[in-house]
Amino acid sequence: MNITVQVIGIVAQQALLQPSDVKIEHTLEDLGIDSLGLVESIFAIEEAFDITVPFNANDPSGSDFDITSVGSIIKAVQTLVQDQT
Amino acid sequence: MRRVVITGSGTINALGHDVPKTLEAMREGHCGIGLLDIRDVDRLAIKIGGQVTNFDEHTHFNRQQISLFDRFTQFTILAAAQAIHEAGLTFLGALADRSGVVLGTSGGGLNTQDESYRAVYEEGKNRVHPLIVPKLMNNAAASHVSMQYNLRGPSFTVATACASSNHAMGQAFMLIRSGMADVMVTGGSEAMLCFGGVKAWEGLRVMSKDACRPFSANRNGMVQGEGAGVFVFEDREHAMKRGAVILAEVAGFSMSSDASNIVTPSTEGAARAIAGALRDANLNCEDVGYINAHGTGTAANDKTECAAVKNVFKAHAEKLMISSTKSMHGHLIGGTGAVELLACIMALRDGIIAPTIGYEKPDPECALDVVPNIAREAKVIATLSNAFAFGGLNAVIALKSA
Repeated sequence: MNITVQVIGIVAQQALLQPSDVKIEHTLEDLGIDSLGLVESIFAIEEAFDITVPFNANDPSGSDFDITSVGSIIKAVQTLVQDQT
Repeated sequence: MRRVVITGSGTINALGHDVPKTLEAMREGHCGIGLLDIRDVDRLAIKIGGQVTNFDEHTHFNRQQISLFDRFTQFTILAAAQAIHEAGLTFLGALADRSGVVLGTSGGGLNTQDESYRAVYEEGKNRVHPLIVPKLMNNAAASHVSMQYNLRGPSFTVATACASSNHAMGQAFMLIRSGMADVMVTGGSEAMLCFGGVKAWEGLRVMSKDACRPFSANRNGMVQGEGAGVFVFEDREHAMKRGAVILAEVAGFSMSSDASNIVTPSTEGAARAIAGALRDANLNCEDVGYINAHGTGTAANDKTECAAVKNVFKAHAEKLMISSTKSMHGHLIGGTGAVELLACIMALRDGIIAPTIGYEKPDPECALDVVPNIAREAKVIATLSNAFAFGGLNAVIALKSA
């Protein structure tokens, strides 16, 4: 399964939506994912890809992990997975 | 209603093993936060904390006591001994029946749980120490203090996360004020700096990896601490009659619930608790010279707290001083309000305001006098101590000079 499909699956599950309802350009806010939903999503991503996501809720822009949109999250996960191999 | 005063104080925390050393460290803006020295620290992403150092349980307790006293109980017993010694009270006869213990803790015997789970799950053992239950229970510390000092009146433990000890001290205050007790030993304790305790916090992604910098624009999270603060609260008349030294008067207390979010704080809920404490203490805004902030160093708390203070104090918000001593001793979770009350007593008694250390860059959303980095001399007649817990449970205590 490719990264895009997997990340969309995780986000959709958190937002209680069907994966087909999640668009790349959606923000987490669009999907109704709050700060707790965000840390749960990051946890699910770490578990799914066996990576460590450098994200601090006090300083969201302080890391390279860009949470602006579903698309930016996918890109960030791709980078982390690539760096790992 | 009866008036309530503080006649004894004790503590052990990252800044010192007693009140004089702790206050000296606060005056000097000393930082007690450093690298954690705990098992499996290499598997943690957060490796710093306000740990109690140079502490060997065997120098204070015998083997039998250690098998019953978790670290949070040990801290409590040491702090309670200091407080009761300072108060100069012996609990016998009728006074014993009218004296009790109310303490706050969030995690209780977390080290005991951590070690025991490790034994059964990681090491595959099928037996744990037989006294695990009385050692880990949240009321163990309160019970041991009651037993050691013959406190036979109302005693219990309060758990409201980061507001536990403020809620506990508020209960003690109300018990004396209403006439249900004459003397209460109160405060709180926490010993959460173990692998599981820190690992759980990591998940929320609100912890700093380098320092606690409350109110600073570049703050990046909270740092956990550990330790205890314990006080003797006493009916004012009772204290005066026996010629006790009065450290401060507990003038008022207020509680509120945000009733909104399990982790995100609310300005409105915090403001209601602050305003309620002023009202209960019959204080005007202008009377308050110093607030010991909850000031966790997270983005959310600090701006919410400053907004709440502005909403309540209006123009006087610009004049009062507000500092977070968590920058020095870390966040003691269920014990934090108790250690922080010491800074309020120091302001009232010694005229010294503890600083917010680690302050590097002004934040327009926290534009109050946060006493950056260096302690200050000032005459103060009334103070507040704020605590705002996860779960939206707020508790604010007002003190007046004796």
